[in-house]
Amino acid sequence: MDALFLAEVMLAGIGSGALYALTGVAFVLIYKATRVVNLAIGEILMLGGYAFLGFAAGLGLPAIAALVLAVVTGGLLGWLVERSLIRPMLGESPISVFMVTIGLGSILVGLVQLGWGADPLRLPEFMPATPVFIGDAYLAPKVAVGFVAAAVVIAAFLALFRFSRSGVALKATAGDQGAAYSVGIDVPRVFSAAWILACATAAGAGVLVGAIGGISPTMGVFGLSVLVVVIIGGLDSIAGALVGGLLIGLVEALAGAFLGGEYKLVVTFTLLLLLLMVRPYGLFGTHEIERL
Amino acid sequence: MRIGTLKTSYAADEALFDTALQRGLLVALLVAAVVFPFVASPYWLFLACLCAINVASATGLNLLTGYTGLVSLGQAAFMSVGAYTVAVLEIRLGTPFALNLLIGAGLAAAIGILVGIPSLRVKGLYLAIATIAASVILHFLFSHWTLTGEARGLSMPPARLFGIAIDQPFSLYWLIMPVTMLMVLGAANLLRTRIGRAFIAVRDRDISAEVLGIPLLRTKLTSFAISSFYAGLAGGLWAYFFRVVTPESFPLDNSIFYLAAIIVGGMGTILGGILGAVFMTLVPELLKFGANWLTPIYPDALSALAPVRTIVFGALIVGFLIFEPRGLVEIWVRIRRFFHLWPFRT
Amino acid sequence: MRLAGRDPILEVERVELRFGGVKALSQVSFSVPEGSITAVIGPNGAGKTSLFNTISGFYRPQAGTIRFAGETLDGVAAPERAARGLARTFQNIALFRGMTVLDNIKLGRHAHMRTNLLDALVYWGRARREEMELRAEVEERIIDFLEIQHIRHAAVGTLAYGLQKRVELARALAMRPRILMLDEPVAGMNREETEDMARFILDVKEEWGTTILMVEHDMGMVMDISDHVVVLNFGQVIASGEPRAVQSDEAVIAAYLGAGDVGEIARRIRADAA
Ligand SMILES: Nc1ncnc2c1ncn2[C@@H]1O[C@H](COP(=O)(O)OP(=O)(O)OP(=O)(O)O)[C@@H](O)[C@H]1O
Ligand SMILES: [Mg+2]
Repeated sequence: MDALFLAEVMLAGIGSGALYALTGVAFVLIYKATRVVNLAIGEILMLGGYAFLGFAAGLGLPAIAALVLAVVTGGLLGWLVERSLIRPMLGESPISVFMVTIGLGSILVGLVQLGWGADPLRLPEFMPATPVFIGDAYLAPKVAVGFVAAAVVIAAFLALFRFSRSGVALKATAGDQGAAYSVGIDVPRVFSAAWILACATAAGAGVLVGAIGGISPTMGVFGLSVLVVVIIGGLDSIAGALVGGLLIGLVEALAGAFLGGEYKLVVTFTLLLLLLMVRPYGLFGTHEIERL
Repeated sequence: MRIGTLKTSYAADEALFDTALQRGLLVALLVAAVVFPFVASPYWLFLACLCAINVASATGLNLLTGYTGLVSLGQAAFMSVGAYTVAVLEIRLGTPFALNLLIGAGLAAAIGILVGIPSLRVKGLYLAIATIAASVILHFLFSHWTLTGEARGLSMPPARLFGIAIDQPFSLYWLIMPVTMLMVLGAANLLRTRIGRAFIAVRDRDISAEVLGIPLLRTKLTSFAISSFYAGLAGGLWAYFFRVVTPESFPLDNSIFYLAAIIVGGMGTILGGILGAVFMTLVPELLKFGANWLTPIYPDALSALAPVRTIVFGALIVGFLIFEPRGLVEIWVRIRRFFHLWPFRT
Repeated sequence: MRLAGRDPILEVERVELRFGGVKALSQVSFSVPEGSITAVIGPNGAGKTSLFNTISGFYRPQAGTIRFAGETLDGVAAPERAARGLARTFQNIALFRGMTVLDNIKLGRHAHMRTNLLDALVYWGRARREEMELRAEVEERIIDFLEIQHIRHAAVGTLAYGLQKRVELARALAMRPRILMLDEPVAGMNREETEDMARFILDVKEEWGTTILMVEHDMGMVMDISDHVVVLNFGQVIASGEPRAVQSDEAVIAAYLGAGDVGEIARRIRADAA
């Protein structure tokens, strides 16, 4: 086997893995804070891509402004969703809440189709086109930019969780909502903040994903891979999302290169099934003890 | 107004339809179902068949998700197992349709059991994802296997009874409707036996059920088996109805559709599964109706139809979960209560 | 009535149960004479519920053996134990909220019924026969006996606490118990309800010949109705014997006095574990 080819495939895999990791972190953020499994994360990501298109091509704004506005749009959506759909479901069964997010995903897909039609579209070029070489291996410049951007955002998140007051509040809320309340943490605000941050992140990831592969109303299936990522990592583990993201990125790239593109999903899901048999709560997830 | 019903025997008390009103309604419905194909247009017959197929599958999912509390996003995939089996048997062997349907359903049940095995260890979302995984794998299998026609899928001949092809909405109605009715009746029966009680026990308090003598794994697998049997049977009917089965016939969205149907109808009630499936099948038609009607005023109405359907579908799920979590059944119960007490309450 | 001469129906031998570092049960041994009412008492956190959970097969002990009706329960799964006649109620009521009182009670019979999937779908023959027999028996032997006719079709969630406890007892009786394990059957009940429950327990023993093993904090009731008392403290049996003898046992008195603040003790155990 050609070692250089393998290296290039793996580089590309790590590149897209970083975007999985980034979206995975957004997913975990919501789960940790609110115990909501947000299946609409892929659609929120898609909306980020379309918002960028709207601001950049539609309104003719410069790429940077469009990117910022797309992220802000994601945040606003997160705020709105948390307020209007998630908060009324407080205390309902997790299954109901998770179905609400499925419904939300469907609404977003329909809205995007209504606005931009069902056909795939390209985002205006805004990334550098100079080829990137790591050693001898070629890496598509967009993928490299995506990787760096994802890495920076994830690092910022980690710093935020570790060193800021809001990070502590989040951790406390994730541990025990009741206890967090009683020590004076504004739990509803933590909920809101988690949704805003996560949806903004997902929207930003959508711009990166869209810049690399184009956008379409079906790009929400990206969320399916993210789901695999967070399940493999463990729903409540940021580290798990990182490891899982890179792992799935790699596996998909390898499967795509050596078996064919249509093998990607089936390989990752088979991996997922096997893992669930051995470790039902993912690599790093915690599971609760049951008592009678 | 109805006065408290006085039960004369336990058997009467255990009956499925225990009041005269209910029995009356049932007879009226049956008569309507028999008369319907003679008065309805092929379009309405087509819709009735589609509703019936969806009712059959939703009822199966309701047993698993609504009664046993195991969320599955694999119902459409189990249907595809039934549909492909029926198609392959019909094309290759030409065996009688009833046999094909049963084999298809049996195979779907077997695969359902396989998928259900992780349910002892993984719960809630993890299980739902495991069922998605199974769907992805089945989809891959069907779109790559020569036996199932790879990506092109299969076109199959119609079902035949005494040499007569069942290929018109009218004759298909007489195949699909009775099978669905028997399936619904079977589910209702199941729920008044120890098996139904075990399902609910597993749903409500999984952990204490074992100590009360209910084996968890066995009960969960039974639920998976019966639910995917129903899906397989519904898929087989679907195959005879459309006569073309492709890998895209049963996408993940359809699994979501069935979950949505039981949520909108009312989880954990037989009537809910029926109402939800019929309602969710008819809503897109209603929208089409609306779009046709709007076209003269707003010429783009028809092109907006697909996205609007998607939006309405999502909005119904969200809306029911937030505003009427117990579904259409609850609305029905309220209406009935109103009429029971009618002259005395305003 | 003294039953000291009878064979034990349940024998617990040197059972050890640990949760991480917490020793919930250590070297617990005692036996329950057939046909007796045996009470397990002890301060909060002593391990009584853990003992029940171990006997019913919900927890697996690290060491020791439990024998029921002469046969070992090692490696026997919880549902099979229930089928052999080990029935119980729970300290935190574990009724099924999605079912009526009647269905909750019927559920107890699960392990003794033979209806399979096919029977159930057609509800003819065996399924119908079994259901009708069960209904009649539940009505005539259990519902009438426990005086809960008026609530048989009620949803369990709507019932008062005392009634819920009674429904749990009814469900346990439907399990055809050879031994009935009751975890704090009168906790949270008023005087009258407590007396009713005590009467039911005595009647079950007399009329059904069922052996009773109960955990209870109400000393008055324990002294009144039990034949045999086992005292647990910090997971160990510190005394056992006839009620009067146990009541005046030094170690028992010390345990209860020491447990003046039960929360404090629980905290101490947890601290030791950490
Ligand atoms: N599943 C479990 N995991 C960890 N520790 C447990 C578990 N179950 C019980 N324990 C611990 O074992 C000890 C005994 O608890 P148990 O519930 O058996 O006490 P108890 O005698 O029934 O008390 P009470 O009178 O309050 O009901 C306690 O320290 C408890 O915290
Ligand atoms: Mg206890």
